[in-house]
Amino acid sequence: MSDNGKAEIKYTAKDFASSQDVRWCPGCGDYSILAQTQRISPDLNIKLENYVWISGIGCAARFPYYMNTYGIHGIHGRASAIASGVKINNPDLSVWVASGDGDLLSIGGNHFIHACRRNIDLKILLFNNRIYGLTKGQYSPTSEKGKKTKSTPFGSIDYPFNPLSLAVGSGATFVARALDRDPKLLQAMLKRAGEHKGTAFVEVYQNCNIFNDGAFELLTDKSTKEDNVIFLEHNKPMVFGKEKNKGIKLDGLTPVVVDIGEGKFSANDLWVHDEFDKNSFRAHIISQFTEMEGFPTPVGVLQQVSKPTYEEDLHKQMEDAKKSKGEGDLRKLLFSGNMWDVN
Amino acid sequence: MSKDVMELTDVTVRFAGDSGDGMQLTGSQFTNTTALVGNDLSTLPDFPAEIRAPAGTTYGVSGFQLHFSSSDIHTPGDQPDILVAMNPAALKVNLSDMKPGSTIIININSFDAKSLRLAHYENSPLEDGSLDGFNVVQVPLAQLTATALENSGLSAKEIARCKNFFALGMMYWLYSRPIEPTLEWIKSKFKNAENIAAANEKALKSGYYFGENTELFTTRYQVEPAKLEKGKYRNITGNEAIALGFITASVKAGLPLFLGSYPITPASDILHELSKHKNFGVRTFQAEDEIAAISAAIGAAFSGALAITTTSGPGVALKTEAIGLAVMTELPIVIIDVQRGGPSTGLPTKTEQSDLLQAMYGRNGEAPVAILAAKTPADCFDLALEASRIAIKYMIPVMLMSDGYLANGSEPWKIPDPDSIPNIEVKFRTDVEGFQPYMRNENLSRPWAIPGTPGLEHRLGGLEKANITGNVSYDPENHEFMVRLRAQKVKNIENDIPDLEIDGDKDAELIVVGWGGTYGAITEAINKCRQKGLKVAQSHFRYINPFPKNTGDVLKKYKHILCPELNMGQLSKIISCEYDINVESFNKIQGLPFKSSEIETKIVNILGGK
Repeated sequence: MSDNGKAEIKYTAKDFASSQDVRWCPGCGDYSILAQTQRISPDLNIKLENYVWISGIGCAARFPYYMNTYGIHGIHGRASAIASGVKINNPDLSVWVASGDGDLLSIGGNHFIHACRRNIDLKILLFNNRIYGLTKGQYSPTSEKGKKTKSTPFGSIDYPFNPLSLAVGSGATFVARALDRDPKLLQAMLKRAGEHKGTAFVEVYQNCNIFNDGAFELLTDKSTKEDNVIFLEHNKPMVFGKEKNKGIKLDGLTPVVVDIGEGKFSANDLWVHDEFDKNSFRAHIISQFTEMEGFPTPVGVLQQVSKPTYEEDLHKQMEDAKKSKGEGDLRKLLFSGNMWDVN
Repeated sequence: MSKDVMELTDVTVRFAGDSGDGMQLTGSQFTNTTALVGNDLSTLPDFPAEIRAPAGTTYGVSGFQLHFSSSDIHTPGDQPDILVAMNPAALKVNLSDMKPGSTIIININSFDAKSLRLAHYENSPLEDGSLDGFNVVQVPLAQLTATALENSGLSAKEIARCKNFFALGMMYWLYSRPIEPTLEWIKSKFKNAENIAAANEKALKSGYYFGENTELFTTRYQVEPAKLEKGKYRNITGNEAIALGFITASVKAGLPLFLGSYPITPASDILHELSKHKNFGVRTFQAEDEIAAISAAIGAAFSGALAITTTSGPGVALKTEAIGLAVMTELPIVIIDVQRGGPSTGLPTKTEQSDLLQAMYGRNGEAPVAILAAKTPADCFDLALEASRIAIKYMIPVMLMSDGYLANGSEPWKIPDPDSIPNIEVKFRTDVEGFQPYMRNENLSRPWAIPGTPGLEHRLGGLEKANITGNVSYDPENHEFMVRLRAQKVKNIENDIPDLEIDGDKDAELIVVGWGGTYGAITEAINKCRQKGLKVAQSHFRYINPFPKNTGDVLKKYKHILCPELNMGQLSKIISCEYDINVESFNKIQGLPFKSSEIETKIVNILGGK
C-alpha cells in the first residue's frame, strides 16, 4: 500500500473543527468525544484530506458535520456499509465511523458484525448512552433489562447486547472501551484505534443528560470510579480499587475477584493482561465482567491482533491478476470466447 | 446411408428434461455451435427455482428453447418445431406449446410406469393417442448411451448423466451442425477428469453417428448462415453484456469499477462475471445484504469509483432508502434491476416487467432517478455505458432495467471496436478557489470532489441541503427549490439523448410502444402484420425517465397506441398520465415472454382484421 496518506504538515485540533455550530444538548457526552477526537487527529500522521468520517442516524451521527474532514451523514444503521465502500475503493483513506447504540447495534447490527468479520480497516466508535436520544427516550439494545422508558412503561423485557462481546465474537481485531468523562483514557483509546490496521472498535460510555442521565455515574464519579472500574494495561496484573487492594485472578476459565490486601493473595496471583493474545477467548471473558456480580467494568484495550485486512487482500488479488493476466485490455476482453466472422 | 437434406430458413428447437438432465448445458452448447455456424439466433432458457426438484416431477422440468435462422430474427420462437423430451414430465409440461405436425423426440427409456406416475399420466401418452398428429420419434436414449459407454469404466449413474450429450450429438446431425466446438468445450471443461471427458465425447459422437445410421430419420436439415452485418461476432447473454459494458465504461471513464452486490436470481451472473476481471481493477464486494451492497456502492462513489449495484425486484425494494440517499447526496451510482416475477419472492427464475413503477416512484419523498431499459441482450452492453455516462455527467443515481428473459437469453453480438467507443468524461474537482459542495454547472450537476483532495473537505448527507453551500438546511423555500432542482436535473437529460425512433409505417393508424425485453416479440409481430398489408408502426423506449423529448408529438399522431407489457400496464400508466393520451394496455403476467403471435393477433383485432 502506498504511503500517500502520510501527513507532512503539523495540524492542530482546530484544523479538525468545521465551521458548523455544534448542536448537541449542552452537557452531552458527545462534546467530549468530539473534543478528544479533534485533539488526537493531528497526532496520527495522516493528511487532513485523507480522513473520512461516516455516520448513520442519531445524535452521534451528527458527528461528521463537526469534523472538518470529508464525510457522509448517511442513513440509519448503514454507516459501516458505506464506510466499507469508501475504504475498499481507496485503502489510502483513514475511515472512521461514528455511531450510537441504536444505529450500530439495532438497525445496523448486521453491517457492524460483517465489517468486523471482514477486518476492513475501519475505526468504529460506539457512542453508547443506552438510550434512544434523537427519538426522545425509548430503550435501546444496550439498555439494561427492566428499564422504564417511554416505550417500556412497565420496564424493558429485552436482554441487552454486550457490545464488547459482540465485537470480539465478530472478529474485530482491535477492541477497547473508554469513558466520555475520562479524556486521557478516551484520547489514548482513540489514538490506538487510529493506529491499528484492521477493524478497530471503541465503545465509549457516553452520558445522555436528557434521557438517561447518570447511566455511568458509578463509573465516572470520583468517589466510586476506582472501585468499579478496572483499567486494563498490557502485561500488568489486573488490579483495581481505591486502595489498589483488589484484583482479578483466573481460576481455570473462571475469573474471580480477590482481595490482595489481606495476605492470602498477592499481585503475583493475578491475571496478567495480554492485549496481544492471538486467541480471543480471554478478551471475551474480560468483556463479560460487566455481566458478573461484584466485578469491575473493564476499560482500556481488550485485544489487538494483527491479520491481513479485507482491502489489502482484495488489492493484492487485483495486483496478482494484473501480473498473471496482464493489465486489463479491453480489446482482448471483448474479442474473446467463441467468435465468428460475417463477411 | 445417404439421406435427403432439406433447406430450412428458420427452426425453433426445445430441449426439456429434469433439472439434473443438463438441459441448460445442452441448450447452450447447441446455441454456441449454431452461433459459430453463422445463423442469427435467440434463446429462452426456462428453469425452475429449485436447484434439483425431485426427479421426474413436472415442477422439476427444465427447458431451453433456441430459435435460429438464415435471416434476421428477434425472438426465441413462438412454437418449437422440434422438442426433445427426456422424460414424461418434460413431455407433459411442453406438449401444449407444440404446433401440430411438429417433431417430438422422446427418450423412451424413461417412459416406465414410475416416471409416468410421477408426471401424473394415467396412461402412457405414447399409446393413448394423445400424440396423434405429431411426428413422434422414439429413441432409447439412455440405453444407447449405456451401450456406447459400456467399457468406459464409469458407474451406471455417471453413464446415465452422459445421455444429454448423446441427444446433443443426434441433434447436431439432424441440423447439420459440427460437433467440434462441443468436443473442444468438453476437453477444457473436464480437463481434470479424463474419463468423464472421454465418456461425454463418446456419447456426443455416438449420438451423431446414430442420427446418420438410424432409419428413424430420413431427412436432415440445413439452415444457411444469416446475412448479418459484416463483422466479428460472439454470442452473448444480457447478464454478460451488462458485465462487459460496465468494465468498458470503467476503462472509458478512467475510474475503477466497484460492484456492491448480494446474490439474487436472475442477477447473480453479473457478479460472477465481474469477479473474474480483477486485472481491470474491478472491485467486487459480495455484501452481507442488499442494503449493504448499495450503501458500499455509495461510499465507493463518494471516494471516486464508478459504483454500481446489481439486483432484482426484491433487492430494489430493500435498496430503496439508500437510493434516496444517493439522490440527496447527488452521487453517481447505477442500480441494475434484472426483473423477475413478483410480488415478494414471486417467480425467481421467470421473467416479468413489473418493477417499472417501483423504479420510477418507489421511494419516500420526491426522489427522481434516471431510468434506462435494455431491449435486447446485446443492448445491455450499450446501456451499461449510457447509464454510466449519465450517472457521472449529472451526478445522479441511474436505474438500468433488464429482466430474466434478457439476462439469460442470448443473441449474436457484433463486437464493437473498443476504440470507436467514446470516452466518458470525468472531472474531479481539484480547484479549491470558489469551491462549494453544491455549486452547479450548466447541467445543474454539483462537483465531484473526492476524499484525498486537499482543501475540498466537505460533508454530504441525507438531510436536506442548502443549494450551493451544501449545509444542512430546514429552510422551507430552499426545500422546495431543491426538490424542483433535483427533478429538473433528471429532466435535463432529455436534451442529451436521442429522439424516440419510429419504425414501420409512418402513416399508420396504430403504433405499438414497448420497453425492455418485449422488443423482439413486438418487432416480429409488426413485421408479420406489415407482410399482411396492415399499416403499423413501432417505437421502443430505451429511455423512460426522462422520456425522449419528441415522445408526446410522436404518439399523438396515432389513432391507436398499443402497449404490450409483462405487467398490469405500468408504462401505459406513465405515458397516459404524462401526455394525457389514451393508451391501450395489453398485458401478460405469466412469467413468460410474449409470443409474437399474441401481439400480432391483438393488432389485427384492433384494426378490425383490415
